[in-house]
Amino acid sequence: MVPIYYYLVLAAILFCIGIGSFLIKRNIITVFMSIELMLNAVNLTFVAFAHAHDNVHGQIFVFFVMVVAAAEAAVGLAIIIAIFRTRQTLDVDSMNLMKN
Amino acid sequence: MQLALFIIFAVLCVVFALNFLFQRHPINSALSLIVVMMSLAVIYWTLGAEFLAAAQVIVYSGAVMVLFTFVIMLLNAGEEERTRGSKIAYIVGIPGVIAVFALLAYTFVHEHSTLGMAHLGGHLNNGVSNLEEVSRILFTDMLLPFEVTSILILVAILGAVVLARKEH
Repeated sequence: MVPIYYYLVLAAILFCIGIGSFLIKRNIITVFMSIELMLNAVNLTFVAFAHAHDNVHGQIFVFFVMVVAAAEAAVGLAIIIAIFRTRQTLDVDSMNLMKN
Repeated sequence: MQLALFIIFAVLCVVFALNFLFQRHPINSALSLIVVMMSLAVIYWTLGAEFLAAAQVIVYSGAVMVLFTFVIMLLNAGEEERTRGSKIAYIVGIPGVIAVFALLAYTFVHEHSTLGMAHLGGHLNNGVSNLEEVSRILFTDMLLPFEVTSILILVAILGAVVLARKEH
């Protein structure tokens, strides 16, 4: 017997670590991975609430989030490869072509 | 017993998420993230989501993180420099993150009596297996969204191939 809010607080911790690394990291691949961490934290919230409400619709939603995350990872990494081909860097600070 | 299981894997999750945050080399971050995802799979299992636990291991730890590791190795990503990190990220970001966490944690702890307790394995569906229940809803109520995701994946495959192709 574990209170549901333990799971939710764990999800909040993981989500906040995800936001923190999204802001601090300077490597575009690591920034992209912190988005995956945040998606995982949200998935944990969905599963915990599905358990609390005795309803599997939350788990179905997690399934769709996983599908979208997988598609997003494939396209995003392809974009990262394309950026690296043209600019020869992975540093987010030096990707400022649209700033001028 | 469930509390012990939860504490072990929650601590593993948080420690490796912090390791993800503080490691400077992307490959170390990627491997830490795999540990976080595997621990989350165990936590899903304790909440009665067996199908999602398996999908988490196969899709996230298996497919997505292998893709990330491949790209890190392919692009030969080295250690990042922390010095040029924009100041705004630290000045506005860190208090913002703490505020978001305080708000979420306060809400969850305040509402703990209405949320109730978690039972190992869950009692989601009297005697019916989790996989059976999930697939029943997925192929009846959610059939259209489920079919639309196949189109999304097809578009993602084509997009990845077109974007990563060498230009002539």
